Amino acid sequence: MATLHSAPRFTQIDGLKEEISAAIGDALVEAHEEHGELLFHVRRDSVERVLRTLRDEHEYQQLMEIAGVDYPDRAERFEVVYMLLSVTRNSRIMVKCCASEDTPVPTVTTVWPNAGWLEREVFDMFGVLFDGNTDLRRILTDYGFEGHPFRKDFPLTGYVELRYSEDEKRVVYEPVKLAQDLRQFDFMSPWEGADYVLPGDEKAATPPVNEPKTTENPKQTGAGAKTDAKAADKVSAGSPAEEDGGKDAPSPEPTEDRPARAKRAGKASGTAKATEPKKKAPAKKAAPAKKKAPAKRKPAAKKKDAE
Amino acid sequence: MSSAFQIEESPTTGDEVITNYTINFGPQHPAAHGVLRMVMELDGEIIERIDPHVGLLHRGTEKLIEHKTYLQALPYFDRLDYCSPLAQEYSYVLAIEKLLNVEVPERAQYIRVLFAELTRICNHMLNIGAHVMDVGAMTPNLWVFELREDCMNFFERMSGARMHHAYLRPGGVHQDVPEKLLVDIGEWLDTRLPELFGDAMSLVLDNRIFKQRNVDIAVVSKEDALAWGFSGPMIRAAGIPWDLRKSQPYDVYDRMEFDIPVGTNSDCYDRFVVRVKEVYESAKIIKQCLRDMPTGPIASSDRKVSPPKRAEMKQSMEALIHHFKLYTEGFHVPAGEVYVATESPKGEFGVYLVSDGSNKPYRCKIRPTAFSHLQAMDFMSKGHMLPDATAILGAIDVVFGECDR
Repeated sequence: MATLHSAPRFTQIDGLKEEISAAIGDALVEAHEEHGELLFHVRRDSVERVLRTLRDEHEYQQLMEIAGVDYPDRAERFEVVYMLLSVTRNSRIMVKCCASEDTPVPTVTTVWPNAGWLEREVFDMFGVLFDGNTDLRRILTDYGFEGHPFRKDFPLTGYVELRYSEDEKRVVYEPVKLAQDLRQFDFMSPWEGADYVLPGDEKAATPPVNEPKTTENPKQTGAGAKTDAKAADKVSAGSPAEEDGGKDAPSPEPTEDRPARAKRAGKASGTAKATEPKKKAPAKKAAPAKKKAPAKRKPAAKKKDAE
Repeated sequence: MSSAFQIEESPTTGDEVITNYTINFGPQHPAAHGVLRMVMELDGEIIERIDPHVGLLHRGTEKLIEHKTYLQALPYFDRLDYCSPLAQEYSYVLAIEKLLNVEVPERAQYIRVLFAELTRICNHMLNIGAHVMDVGAMTPNLWVFELREDCMNFFERMSGARMHHAYLRPGGVHQDVPEKLLVDIGEWLDTRLPELFGDAMSLVLDNRIFKQRNVDIAVVSKEDALAWGFSGPMIRAAGIPWDLRKSQPYDVYDRMEFDIPVGTNSDCYDRFVVRVKEVYESAKIIKQCLRDMPTGPIASSDRKVSPPKRAEMKQSMEALIHHFKLYTEGFHVPAGEVYVATESPKGEFGVYLVSDGSNKPYRCKIRPTAFSHLQAMDFMSKGHMLPDATAILGAIDVVFGECDR
């Protein structure tokens, strides 16, 4: 596929995939390339050795990031992804391994000192353990926090909330109470793989007619390659705006053939005059009214003072 | 009064040894640049160890993004590093575009580069001002804040918002910029910026006190800078000419002519000067953008990604459908994973985006610039005096919205 996007363009080195795969050796589970980025899936127990080789022998000097990802359906649910950068070869690769809650990943703090906090973050957010990291404390969550919030089974709202209690003069923690249910709108098309039954669909199993309507022939459905192609069209076709450069469509022709009426006589021939504001006349009236009003009031006030 | 005049004896004189003591720097400290708590172990005034406690501003942005469609998640990026909002959006939209493989019209690319550089100037104005204030100077900060205010006004005219723009879109930008705004930016670059910024820097760069507070503070070798994952001005001050705009160009950066300022001594002063020079380089890039910017569309014509024009929707049923689908369901991004990093004013800001083919990101890991730099705080400050910690912190350029996410 031709590259159309304008995302950062780093050097694409020929044969890099083979070179790195050979360096990883039998620790390599799988290597693939997508969108010009190389991904190497390696065995968990050899992560430290692989990354050290990549740093020392293949010029990947910098560890930019360690990302955790949670796939709850897998046997080893977590992925730990290492983003490596070579400033001399101008190249980026990703190395990843799988882990579960109780299988620790060997630490790479021995290779890069900045792995310490990155591993702490993955531990804090996902609960992945790093074997050999001597400072595996929580880092981003609150002091005394429980659980690992970025796991897919951790609710978005969390479990506890805190507030300042005026009675106790301190911050108190309480279970989350939502004044309104958390609204998760699902905008997936119901006919494009939504995994729930639409209200009313449950009746479809037993149609309340003797002879249910069927579409046996694909032609009858209107579906097919032609329809798909039309739906996938990336421009909104059929817009007059595109054809005539955005001019408004002309007003529609009268639908009934009726002879034109004669013009009405008198003032009410048209409504245009009625909606126009009268000019000048109100302005003249308003001006003297203003002058009069205070003049009337003033003597009244004087009288009151005199009394 | 007694005749025996006694000198008060210090408890530490003689053979008695004073033990190290620990102080708490922050989380409410004006020089902490936000909510940073540092537990410092001191020997007198010498820093022995620093344990930075971050996360006081953790909002779970990455988790929130997983529950939003791709377009709804965009404004979260403004709120990470609130001093350079466009730079964060940039990484995110480029990551989406990479997964979708969408072409961006040329004018949109120029607009993005232009305002990304204006963001850089805006960000450096804040950091430069804050840094000089951290080490005791007041006036330059007030002057460069004038310039920051100008930038904010430009941003307001660009997007309607001064800080949280939400201006970039996958496939382009949200709306075109008025011609007058571009003219005004050009004028500002020629007159006000060099004058005011030059004046402010003339007070600082050769200032004896400023140099005493910054030169030879927190020297980091090239090897350490690489090992600790430094990026941006931090790695350039260490003498490594590494700039993603140059080495891994995105959009039209490869057509821009600019230099990469590099430090020689790798101390806080170098980091400061690198930022000062970068302001002028950014101004150069903006001028080239203004000169070369073509006319044309500002967003992709792919209606499955970018919405149709309002006028078109009034007449075309399909345009209306496209609009409706984009703003309810959103667009679907093909399954895959990419790591896209751009040169934000503070360093490498990366987005690791995992898509499962649906309309919401499966996982969006944000690589903050400050995380690696702040982690090196301990080894950079070791052996320095307590007041140097503020200079080191100022030279790192941390913002906690981004560090804690």
